[in-house]
Amino acid sequence: MLIPTASQTVGPFFAVGLTRPELADLTHAGKAKGEAIVIEGQVRDGEGAPVPDAMLEIWQANAAGKYAHPEDRQEKPADANFVGFGRVFTDRQGRYRFVTIRPGAVPGCGNALQAPHIAMTVFARGLLKHLVTRIYFADLAAANEADPVLSAIDDPAARQTLLAKPVNSTPSAYRFDVVLQGEGETAFFDV
Amino acid sequence: MTATYPQEALSAHPPYRHLAYGSTAKRSPDHPLVVIPQTLSELTGPVYGRDSVAPDDSDLTRQHKAAPIGERIIVSGRVLDQDGRPVPDTLLEVWQANAAGRYIHKVDQHDAPLDPNFTGSGRCVTDAEGRYRFISIKPGAYPWRNHPNAWRPPHIHFSLFGPSFLTRLVTQMYFPGDPLLALDPIYLSVPDEAARRRLVSSFDIETTQPEFALGYRFDIILWGRGATPMEN
Repeated sequence: MLIPTASQTVGPFFAVGLTRPELADLTHAGKAKGEAIVIEGQVRDGEGAPVPDAMLEIWQANAAGKYAHPEDRQEKPADANFVGFGRVFTDRQGRYRFVTIRPGAVPGCGNALQAPHIAMTVFARGLLKHLVTRIYFADLAAANEADPVLSAIDDPAARQTLLAKPVNSTPSAYRFDVVLQGEGETAFFDV
Repeated sequence: MTATYPQEALSAHPPYRHLAYGSTAKRSPDHPLVVIPQTLSELTGPVYGRDSVAPDDSDLTRQHKAAPIGERIIVSGRVLDQDGRPVPDTLLEVWQANAAGRYIHKVDQHDAPLDPNFTGSGRCVTDAEGRYRFISIKPGAYPWRNHPNAWRPPHIHFSLFGPSFLTRLVTQMYFPGDPLLALDPIYLSVPDEAARRRLVSSFDIETTQPEFALGYRFDIILWGRGATPMEN
């Protein structure tokens, strides 16, 4: 087997090559099927300071719970207006905001469904390899309880870090902060 | 049977906490990563169409009215999986400093000139054999404040998707024979020497185009799809 190409940090200047403003809105300007939602939050470091130079990417299924990818062979409707991929940069206060569609549930191991979730990847200066986590919806308690990935996290406090909290607004918004280190550290995955 | 991916791939990557690179100190998790089952969410990933990239996107010397200053180079290679099979139709995004070692970015305050004819970003999609090719100018070294008299070796940033969420890779390509490599904490963060060497491109006379530009070869190995499937 060949040695994989090692990861290196995106550094501070990734905006030169990776800026794609259209990727902050996954709904294709509202044309995607399903309920539009906002995911917003802040990225912080081990001292609680905002991280103003992070890039966040998300990957998710459409409203019916199908990924726009050939490996997803489920007999569920595809949505030509929903690719399921987003990318944003944090601002000076470390804040970010995606507009997307509430994802449907996708299968986990075997036939059981996973709780609806959005995969998130974090890049920044000082991160030699990206970090991987998941956004779950705090208001779907029963589904979250049965989720195989949430269940893989032993520490209940760490599980809590993956629950996006509903914010009272229209469209529905959820707050999901990413804490890279220390108190309230987000659970990150070895995938 | 479901194709899953070997997790040993991580061993070629740098650790999150590498204190010689100061920015890792407050940005690396304290807790070990949680091993999770690989599900459809990880085995799928964003797919880009070839139509999202224009032909000139891969020529960083033709994005403005005139040619940028600097030594023109061709950077080419193949994107392969760990078994040596090509990864076709995958998006590469690149970005780099100009010949003087300056990025077009508000945060870059290095006292070196910007070049009005050089933005320093490009994109392309691999062909059926996993091949890609960029034309650019050789980036300059630049100082940074990680430690006294710190200089980043000339490098080009690469961002790739590959076929799944797991194959996502952001890396940096370096140039052969560069004395700054032995002093660079970011390059040296890769613990395995063979893996480090893979980040260094090689001068390639086959890629070199007569009367035009020197060629460098940089092959990229993504772990992921095509990994030896395991029963589960």
